[in-house]
Amino acid sequence: MSDQTAGSPAEFRAPDSAVLDGIWRTQPGVIGWLCSVDHKEMGKRYFVTAFAFLLIGGIEALVIRVQLARPNVGLITPHQYNQLFTMHGMTMIYLYALPMLSGFSNYLWPLMLGARDMAFPRLNAVSYWIYLFAGIFMYSTWPMGQAPSAGWFNYVPLSGRDYSPGVDIDVFTLGVTFIGISTTVGSVNFIVTLLRTRAPGMSVNRLPIIVWGTMTASVANIFAVPAVSLACIMLWLDRQVGTHFFDSTNGGSPLLWQHLFWMFGHPWVYAVVLPAMGIVSDALPTFCRRPLVGYTAVALATVATMVLGFGVWLHHMFATGLPVLALSFFSAASFVIAIPSAVSVFAWIATIWTGRPVFTTAFWYFTGFIMLFVIGGVSGVMTAAVSYDWQLNDTYFIVAHLHYVLLGINVFPVIGGIYFWFPKVTGKLMNEPLGKWSFWISFIGFNLGFFPMHISGLLGMPRRIYTYSTGMGWDTANLVTSIGAFVFAIGILLTVVNLLRSLAVGPRASANPWDAATLEWSVASPPPPYNFKVIPVLASRHPLWEGRLDDENSGRSLLESGILLDHGRETLATSVLDAEPDAVLQMPADSPWPLLLALALAALFFGMLFHVVWLGAGGLAALVISMAGWLWPDQREQRPTRSPAHV
Amino acid sequence: MSDSSLSGRTFPRISGLPVAPSGDRASGWYGMLTVIATEGALFSYLLFTYFYLGSQSVNPWPPYGKLRLTIAASNTAILLASSVAAWWGQRGIERADQRQLRIGLIVALLLGAVFVGLQVVEWSNKPFTLSSDAYGSLYFTVTGFHIAHVVVGLVILALLLVWSFLGYFSQERHLRVTIGIVYWHFVDAVWLCVFTTFYLTPYLGTP
Repeated sequence: MSDQTAGSPAEFRAPDSAVLDGIWRTQPGVIGWLCSVDHKEMGKRYFVTAFAFLLIGGIEALVIRVQLARPNVGLITPHQYNQLFTMHGMTMIYLYALPMLSGFSNYLWPLMLGARDMAFPRLNAVSYWIYLFAGIFMYSTWPMGQAPSAGWFNYVPLSGRDYSPGVDIDVFTLGVTFIGISTTVGSVNFIVTLLRTRAPGMSVNRLPIIVWGTMTASVANIFAVPAVSLACIMLWLDRQVGTHFFDSTNGGSPLLWQHLFWMFGHPWVYAVVLPAMGIVSDALPTFCRRPLVGYTAVALATVATMVLGFGVWLHHMFATGLPVLALSFFSAASFVIAIPSAVSVFAWIATIWTGRPVFTTAFWYFTGFIMLFVIGGVSGVMTAAVSYDWQLNDTYFIVAHLHYVLLGINVFPVIGGIYFWFPKVTGKLMNEPLGKWSFWISFIGFNLGFFPMHISGLLGMPRRIYTYSTGMGWDTANLVTSIGAFVFAIGILLTVVNLLRSLAVGPRASANPWDAATLEWSVASPPPPYNFKVIPVLASRHPLWEGRLDDENSGRSLLESGILLDHGRETLATSVLDAEPDAVLQMPADSPWPLLLALALAALFFGMLFHVVWLGAGGLAALVISMAGWLWPDQREQRPTRSPAHV
Repeated sequence: MSDSSLSGRTFPRISGLPVAPSGDRASGWYGMLTVIATEGALFSYLLFTYFYLGSQSVNPWPPYGKLRLTIAASNTAILLASSVAAWWGQRGIERADQRQLRIGLIVALLLGAVFVGLQVVEWSNKPFTLSSDAYGSLYFTVTGFHIAHVVVGLVILALLLVWSFLGYFSQERHLRVTIGIVYWHFVDAVWLCVFTTFYLTPYLGTP
């Protein structure tokens, strides 16, 4: 062999798994566990933590449903009820919905893109630790009876000092700011990973849709999260320092909170569904035995949804007395956003229609998702009409809509995705009959629980009331809803049982148990610490289905031969659009700095929450030290260029 | 065997790739650009707040009339000069001139510190406080956010200076210098927006 493109000849040798394993493996023991930066490890931690929060938030919902099952129930006090629904919302929105998807993306991205890790492995670790500590932070005052109680969107003036003098709202403002840091650094990591660390040939028109979804959500987060962080900081200042941002008697405006919150909140809604829709777009075709119909349209619809998603925040504020012109514009934008959503729905239906479906548990979850998405989408289009929204604002109709959308588009694809990727992550197969039971019970329970909420809302039942009297006509709908909630919980519980049981006694999974098409299925289950022995070279969107698809004439992907990179923790950087090799990136080893930095931040936030000056100041000092330590130049011997070995 | 025969058309050129590249081939460069994007969004929301509350105000806006330009305008020039000094220092290391890098960083650091000092003087001159009304809250919060970013920038410049005296940078390897200084330029650009909003826009519209 000869190398004709550069002066120094490239080196050819066989890949040595033991060498790569030694380079990439996390050290055993507690210290190694705390210092790990492996994206697969972080993905699993995200997943387990987010699932725990899903269960906690679910239990909170069940208590709420017992309280509302019949009129005049006195199970909990009004204040306890306020805390419950607020913590339920905060848990599901901030601590479950996006972190769960970050877990999927952290685990899957490098495997799908053909890289050895994310662009910033340590940032990945710090993002997880901050998430964990922010979750603990948000729950920290509940044992004192002081959990946040002004709802997950925490409107002023209720959340102002006059009406909520306790520490509860401070937990909200600081907690949301805290977790926003995790979201932001995670998004930075996804964006740079996408721009830089893809395998050669993984051009933008070959990216899996979940990558499109997470990328779109990450770009949105970069621009949206500062809005809510700022709103929270300003509210904290109003409450603690005496500023007047939201105080209408001194030139401030309560509506400012709503604007800033929903400038974040609405893009965020799409950030927590687009990656989940990506899960379906990637996994559903596997069970239809054909590629996704309309790949380009779905990818562009993903981006279009997000762009439009920045221009609809006012539809949360239709009832606040805004000018008619503004209402018309935002109403129209809210209608228009149905178009890209419908593009994706029709693409999924066409994929099933023209494919040969295999009715696995994951397939059922994905089809269930399509139906729930349509129902939630239709109720969304209904409330996009201003006059209709005025009738239904703050009723249970909105609660029904948002649960159809968020559970339908997030939880169902996530559980389907768990059934799909569990064999890859653990090397074990899940139990299919139990999985199908879990799907049907969840699906029936979900609709039994949430569909009647539309009716309670149309009958005028306001959201967030802790009880209601007899004779309002809401009794039956609420009883059915409560029964449905418990049926749904049983369905979720069956999935938990299935997960634990399969982890213990599930049969061994092969590298590609579903005969799927994408790159992550080309490596062992579970994948080795270094992911790929050689960096693969992509020639199509379906590297494992090449040769079976008639329309594939673009050459063959190289999975067994390619660039080796075994001089240390290294991965390949490629150009942004076409994924041509561009540079060799040196990746950091395991490091204690991410954990220390997150601990420093936690000390800072707890110090601010409880007004403990030494804790806050110590946290700030530790933060500066850990950042300096983190960024201290690494004086490894470095050659400026190299011709990497390949096989 | 030629490269192309390995895989049909797609086998990539893999020889002579830079290892741990600098400049716009480095991940850190892209990382800093995303940080600048999100910080830029933060300041956009801050200025949105200013204009929103101004537009909703029933009283004259700004309530204390036009702010005096003397200190703020001089400070703008000082911060711009600091950016230029940092840029000049970076040019030095790009030509393997360690001394120019150090001088540039020292000058940038000093000018940045003078900026913070003058901002404190400017703060103490104001007839309103953080808690007098929404305008006062806005003025001190927005300029406070900016000063906090200047302080972070100063810490970065100080670290770069330490590392340059430790001999960590060379003509080929000075990625941290590039990334740190682009952040410093960003802090400068943000000040121009803050300065325009609070000090110059009141001159629009009123004779």
